[in-house]
Amino acid sequence: MQINVKVKRFNPEADRRPYWAEYTLEARGSDRVLDVINHLKWEVDGSLAFRRSCAHGICGSDAMLINGVNRLACKVLVKDLGERITIEPIRGLPVLKDLIVDMEPFFDAYKAVLPFFINDDPPPPAERHQSPEDRAIFDETTKCILCAACTTSCPVFWTNGRYLGPAAIVNAHRFIFDSRDQGAAERLGVLNQANGLWRCRTAYNCTEACPRDIPITRAIEEVKRALLWRGA
Amino acid sequence: MKRAHKFDVLVVGAGGAGLMAARYAAQHPGVSVAVISKLYPTRSHTGAAQGGVGAALGNVSEDHPEWHAFDTIKGGDYLTDQDVAERFAVEVIEAVYELEHMGLPFNRTPEGKIAQRKFGGHTREFGKSAVERACYAADRTGHMILQTLYQQSIKDQVNFFNEFHVLDLILEDGACLGVVAYELATGALHTFHAKATIIATGGNGRMFKVTSNAHALTGDLMSIAYRRGLPIEDPEFYQFHPTGLYKLGVLLTEGARGEGAILRNGDGERFMERYAPTIKDLAPRDMVSRAMYLEVREGRGAGPDKDYIHLDLTHIDAHVIETRLPDITEFSRIYLGVDPVKELVPIQPTAHYAMGGIPTTIDTNVISDGRNTIVPGLYAAGEVACASIHGANRLGTNSLGDLIVFGRRAGIEAARFAAGETHRDLPDGAQDRARELVEGVRKGPRKERVAHLRRQLQETMQDHASVFRTEAFLRKQVGILQELQERYRGVGVEDGGHQYNTELIEAIELGFLLDNAEQLVHAALNRTESRGAHSREDHQERDDANWLKHTLVYKDEDGVRIDYKPVTLGKYEPKPRTY
Repeated sequence: MQINVKVKRFNPEADRRPYWAEYTLEARGSDRVLDVINHLKWEVDGSLAFRRSCAHGICGSDAMLINGVNRLACKVLVKDLGERITIEPIRGLPVLKDLIVDMEPFFDAYKAVLPFFINDDPPPPAERHQSPEDRAIFDETTKCILCAACTTSCPVFWTNGRYLGPAAIVNAHRFIFDSRDQGAAERLGVLNQANGLWRCRTAYNCTEACPRDIPITRAIEEVKRALLWRGA
Repeated sequence: MKRAHKFDVLVVGAGGAGLMAARYAAQHPGVSVAVISKLYPTRSHTGAAQGGVGAALGNVSEDHPEWHAFDTIKGGDYLTDQDVAERFAVEVIEAVYELEHMGLPFNRTPEGKIAQRKFGGHTREFGKSAVERACYAADRTGHMILQTLYQQSIKDQVNFFNEFHVLDLILEDGACLGVVAYELATGALHTFHAKATIIATGGNGRMFKVTSNAHALTGDLMSIAYRRGLPIEDPEFYQFHPTGLYKLGVLLTEGARGEGAILRNGDGERFMERYAPTIKDLAPRDMVSRAMYLEVREGRGAGPDKDYIHLDLTHIDAHVIETRLPDITEFSRIYLGVDPVKELVPIQPTAHYAMGGIPTTIDTNVISDGRNTIVPGLYAAGEVACASIHGANRLGTNSLGDLIVFGRRAGIEAARFAAGETHRDLPDGAQDRARELVEGVRKGPRKERVAHLRRQLQETMQDHASVFRTEAFLRKQVGILQELQERYRGVGVEDGGHQYNTELIEAIELGFLLDNAEQLVHAALNRTESRGAHSREDHQERDDANWLKHTLVYKDEDGVRIDYKPVTLGKYEPKPRTY
């Protein structure tokens, strides 16, 4: 089928402001949007810039705003979008070139919540034990691939770039609810600060944007409750 | 940003092997460490590994490292260096416990131990029956390893240079003094001066048309080492994973068969019973991929063109599928519109893993010849390296094991070496070769499109040098590669800019891929036997008298030169490989 693709482009070495470029091309319904923009890059305009690697929704490189919704370009098919496709960079992070944004502020927020296992007891010779039930409590939040689809869909983040954002909270959740971890109080302390957890307005955009189907709003609410009950 | 950097230990690549190496190098007091990656670390392809990491913990049923070592050696069709396999099978147990201590969320047994499941070629008592050895976190074990190691690297405050493409190794008087890298954000070349450099850059599957490998897996460092006169070991042994999604190549874990899934041909027959009567669908990957290929060739494929095989999960409890195999279930639903709970999944073999690579000693030192001459200051670990643990065919789960065991070993050895060294002076013009490479593409004539040459490379490699090979097809492919190398001189770029010039990078990566294909095809043509993943239709038997030896492929002025390295044997005598 013939499709019309609009891509928001910006080359910092040539353009003063972003502009829309339109392309008409042949595609199959089973093509991924990544296949479409690869085709544009390979056959039409080599300068089109975007990140990609695994091409099947695991590496988290290619989050984009596609027909108004944050998605991974490699995980949405043409047949699910129709004949008119618009592609923009994810919002709230500085655009560096075309669909490439500056990911450093996103990773800085992630690092702020101490996203690593904390347990200062000497480890046993074999594994630490954990029941399947305790393991299941934080299963969903271990799926995060740090693609930034959630954080850059958040209206609070759009207006306040210092808000830690849903991805950071998801990764805090992954450790706060891990029965083996001892760093919950410290993490909750970080999340209790002005640009932390309480900025969340439950817009639910993050949950809808997550390509890994993590119930992000629920995870954020669980962390809020942990903060109320446990204190920080 | 300054463009000259100095560290004691430099790690190239931020996947499982690279991050493990960085962690262990940084634990050496007073040793400075940096990691360079052409991606953000969490984008590395370790994250796509699914099924598990094999270690004889014995949490589900009795198991021993000796059994694991034997399976690895037999799985490698006796080309595995037996000392390496034996040490690996012991150290992987420690390494798995260490990952758990770093917080890795493995699935759990009812007693709270690390859960384990069956995988291809992993057996109890030297081949009697399949054993639960794969330690797993649902079907995202690699994702959890990558995330856990990246998390630890934040805790350890490791220095990262993200989106830096290494374009050259600095080699002087036979020793490695660092690398030259291209910064994607600015187009600037940077010099990284190091006492020890660890290569951990993964595989080269993008030389094939149907592959499970990420776009980034273009064999860069295998090409750079080769251009610098270092050999590549055993490149003819390239693994095709049996269960790639039809036409896409996206991986569906062998863990699915570990959980009971069955391969069926177009007649609905469980054909693996004919090829591997004891362990059937859990035979090693080389054997299963060949069996699938033969079923299709003999007219028993599935689908309108009878060109694929079915993976049948429909008899497995839906809850097991949704909880232990959620990602592959989603891949099948999204990309093929097929629900594995209710329907058969169309699959075909997909180019997956390089058993060969940059040759190393058991301690991960890179070597420059068949006499184990060490290149001072240069180490390699993970898929890019060849120790050789996987021999002629890697067992499922042993790639993740390889990353953590040899990544760790590389970090320890490189730091120890660096602690006793001073930085040697860099040679004049250290950036010259990298600059020539970049400028050559930037100013290229633009007579050829990178995408067209790459597609031709991938299609012809798939047709002439994949699961089955013959002299005629390999000779044809040698000619095609020569022509493609010639045409490659005609490429160029439309994007004349310096910032995020991904077009330039793709062009350079194609050059690397062409070298990788050259290594593979020449070695495959040279080896007139069938062993493991290298299957010659014109030489169908394994020939231990002449070929129980590793290949070393060199590039020299006259073209491709082949040499050999003996296999380290041990207590397991080479035997016919049946399952």
